[in-house]
Amino acid sequence: MVAGIIIAVLLVLIVVYYISAYNGLQKAKVNTEESWSQISVQLKRRNDLIPNLVETVKGYAKHEKETLAQVVELRNQLTQVPAGNREETMKISNQITDSLKTIFALSENYPDLKANTNFANLQEELTNTENKIAYSRQLFNSSAAVYNKMLVVFPSNIVANIHHFTKVDYLDIPEEETKAPKVSF
Amino acid sequence: MLYQQIERNKRKTFLVMLVFFVIFALVGAGLGQLMWDKPLPGVLTAGVIALVYSFIIFQDPISVVMSMNHAQELREEDNPQLFHVVEDMAMVGQIPMPKVYLIPDQSPNAFATGLSPDKSAVAVTQGLLDMMNREELEGVLGHEISHIRNYDIRLSMVALVLVSAISFIADFAQNWMWFGFGGRRRDDDDEDGGSLGMIIGVIGVIFTLILGPLAASLAQMALSRNREYLADAGSVELTRNPQGLISALRKIENSQPMQAANSASASLYIEDPVRRPSLSHLFDTHPPTEERIKRLEQM
Repeated sequence: MVAGIIIAVLLVLIVVYYISAYNGLQKAKVNTEESWSQISVQLKRRNDLIPNLVETVKGYAKHEKETLAQVVELRNQLTQVPAGNREETMKISNQITDSLKTIFALSENYPDLKANTNFANLQEELTNTENKIAYSRQLFNSSAAVYNKMLVVFPSNIVANIHHFTKVDYLDIPEEETKAPKVSF
Repeated sequence: MLYQQIERNKRKTFLVMLVFFVIFALVGAGLGQLMWDKPLPGVLTAGVIALVYSFIIFQDPISVVMSMNHAQELREEDNPQLFHVVEDMAMVGQIPMPKVYLIPDQSPNAFATGLSPDKSAVAVTQGLLDMMNREELEGVLGHEISHIRNYDIRLSMVALVLVSAISFIADFAQNWMWFGFGGRRRDDDDEDGGSLGMIIGVIGVIFTLILGPLAASLAQMALSRNREYLADAGSVELTRNPQGLISALRKIENSQPMQAANSASASLYIEDPVRRPSLSHLFDTHPPTEERIKRLEQM
């Protein structure tokens, strides 16, 4: 009788643990997906801003056609990347960041352009999206770390194995950004 | 560490409120003894006043604190850069976007307030916006967002509101006592109240007299200076960049103190807005800037 009760209690405890571990894994996974979608939103926003920037800069800086063409090219490449390919997306995104940096550095040579309020607004908007990309990437990596840890720690790893939860890859942070501050053009 | 700090802050907030109500009841007893020779009506009056006061203030405590510090609410169009930095910090700190206020003062400083991360606000001075670049702004606002995440804001808000109330009453009671002593005191027939009421009353009277300093040291006790170090560390956790905050702190230290700083809310700010003479380190609301910078450099 007593043994029966003990076994029943143990079984209930195991089932309760199993359910909560499964839910915990699902939640952690959803968290990483949510933070990825935050990144996507910012990437899309930046892609929408780039044509405006190019239009504005073109009028003032006629000699910078190549740089401008390059950023438009990268922008179009980014829209071609299949939705699931995070690594490729971030690789192109980092290249866009670099070429935007170049454009804003070049703008120093054109005082009329710098004085244009439209340009100043765009500069702030783009700086804002760049920073948001960097911060949501940071958020993505920390939620991925929480999730990945659950996959290897006993006993949640058993539940993870049964339901085929797989590891989420971290997003690389560009070398110079690991020590330098976030972008300020 | 974050969760421990949140728990500690919630516990302390409760404690501060409890102590406040005890003090309030004792003051009521003292005044009741002086006015009606009975402590009980005084306690009841004090209780009603305390409830009404808390009810009014906690309807919209942010506006109260902001108007104490002459701050006006900003919209995004007014200063997109500031808004974007606050947005970024709230995003990595995973809290809802706080309201943003501006204090028209040339000295660089900032504070956060509110009762919970869901309803919070940050205020910055005009001087801060003029002097800091984006990186430094991120450091300062990361510090403020950490105060919000830690529930430091709840503790300091409650302490501020209650201490203001106590010092108001203490002023009132002292004025009243100098006026009203003697005249009111008839020979009592020891009818009700009895000796117990008398004793409570006397304690209350003494309490009322030493109330102001008592309230100040109560606030001091609750708001340990350690939380500034914790918020500095929290800021670096959000920005991953100690340099921004370090250079912001240097700039703030080398600037003029604030002109219209409300001294009751001094402990809210990122750096003491009043700058007391160095003798009274015991009553400093903030740890020395040098020490804060040293700890940031070690990160």
